Amino acid sequence: MAEEPVVSLQNVSFGYDRTRLVLSDISLVVPRGKLVALMGGSGCGKTTILRLLGGVMRPTSGSARVFGCDMTTIRVAELYGLRRRMGMLFQFGALFTDLSVFDNVAFPMRERTDLPESIIRDLVLMKLHAVGLRGAHGLMPHQLSGGMARRVALARGIALDPQLMMYDEPFTGLDPISLAIIGQLIRRLNDALGASSIIVTHDVEESLRIVDYVYFVAEGRIIAEGTPDAVRKSAAPFVRQFVHGEADGSLPFHYPAPPYREQLMGR
Amino acid sequence: MQFILALFGALGARVNGAITRLGFASRFILAVLRLSGPSFVRFTLTIREIYFAGVMSLVIISVSGLFVGMVLGLQGYDILVRYASADAVGSMVALSLLRELGPVVAALLFASRAGSAITAEIGLMKTTEQLAAMEMMAVDPIARVVAPRFWGGVISMPILAAIFSIVGIFGGYLIAVILIGVDEGAFWSQMQAAVDLGSDVGNGFIKSFVFGIAVTWIAVFEGYDAPPTAEGVSGATTRTVVWSALAILGLDFILTALMFRGA
Repeated sequence: MAEEPVVSLQNVSFGYDRTRLVLSDISLVVPRGKLVALMGGSGCGKTTILRLLGGVMRPTSGSARVFGCDMTTIRVAELYGLRRRMGMLFQFGALFTDLSVFDNVAFPMRERTDLPESIIRDLVLMKLHAVGLRGAHGLMPHQLSGGMARRVALARGIALDPQLMMYDEPFTGLDPISLAIIGQLIRRLNDALGASSIIVTHDVEESLRIVDYVYFVAEGRIIAEGTPDAVRKSAAPFVRQFVHGEADGSLPFHYPAPPYREQLMGR
Repeated sequence: MQFILALFGALGARVNGAITRLGFASRFILAVLRLSGPSFVRFTLTIREIYFAGVMSLVIISVSGLFVGMVLGLQGYDILVRYASADAVGSMVALSLLRELGPVVAALLFASRAGSAITAEIGLMKTTEQLAAMEMMAVDPIARVVAPRFWGGVISMPILAAIFSIVGIFGGYLIAVILIGVDEGAFWSQMQAAVDLGSDVGNGFIKSFVFGIAVTWIAVFEGYDAPPTAEGVSGATTRTVVWSALAILGLDFILTALMFRGA
């Protein structure tokens, strides 16, 4: 029998109300040890998928299983237990601004474990060393650059050695060097922890370099999927437009509007 | 006709919205109370908030208290001397401060100094996804962030009101006795005879405690409920100050009516 994937969504739909679905008929799997990317334009529902996986929201229909637990019926207590096995990197890091770098990384350990302070200290320094910021443990978040803050948040995300890491737009607003560093870290940490990861991103170049599999999301649907090589060679119009960054294509440049001429003429 | 209907419609929508929000706020405070365990088990969390809400408000509370007391000394003397009862200025200063001005003015200052800061901090933590990050780490932000701030405010407020009154009485003493020359013995003995521990000090304490709950409740709720944008947080901060002021003055009337019925 094949091993059950860490994440498996089958025909999942989600909407804040019945009339408008944000996600429709999403099916995807994240196998153990793999790095999977969800790509798509801004506002296409990628982040909503992460929220479903984290149990912040529940699917309207379909089946969502994380570590074998059904996310549609899970109870809050179980959900908190499940979240201990997950780590999440938020778009801008979401570091606690009133805590130092050290205390930020120590936060999940202090809150969620009974480890003595001396062991927490060693663990925090190890996590910070893994992201190259052991020397910055005494700084406050406002003293960090964007890329450093993201790395500290990454260290905090892996503090409890999660089996599933979720990254929400990890590359947004970074310079090329920081971006490459984060990309490499995501890949290395995934393999070192033996974890599985899911990256929500619209950065094509960097993610195609590091991930094992890609899903393309547009207007709440998965419209294409494949390995990075297959995606680069794909002839599908949307994938071509997205991967090569063309302004107009199968996805129109213009937001739906009445005819230009008529609107200008005031009719 | 259309206009009147629209007017009633808008009024109804506003009332509906206000009641819905009051319901949310009530459920929110129940959740805060239910999740208050860690605030007391790990009391350092609350001590930190007592520092930020209470200790950091000490300067504004003491300076304002001093000036209010000095003004009371001047005005009290000016009025009482017409009835040849200038000696009673001590009891007048003390009673005004302990019964009304101490709790009310300290609470108003507390709302604008500490309440607005609590709202802004929680609102910004929400905006920058810190609360969501906490939730994803299986840590409840209401237990970890909101409850300690709530209890920090509730504990600080009566102490601040007491300090306000004490400094105010000292200010009254400075003016009436040192500056104007009212007899010192009469000043203090009249005060001692007029002030009752239960009905004056005790009721003042109850008022400041109630105001503390109201202000901090409004502050944490507005912060937690703020739309996660710059505009949303600034609006929430303003609402904290406005609603706190209205709540303090409204509650003060109700409490005064219950406590002092000319008995």
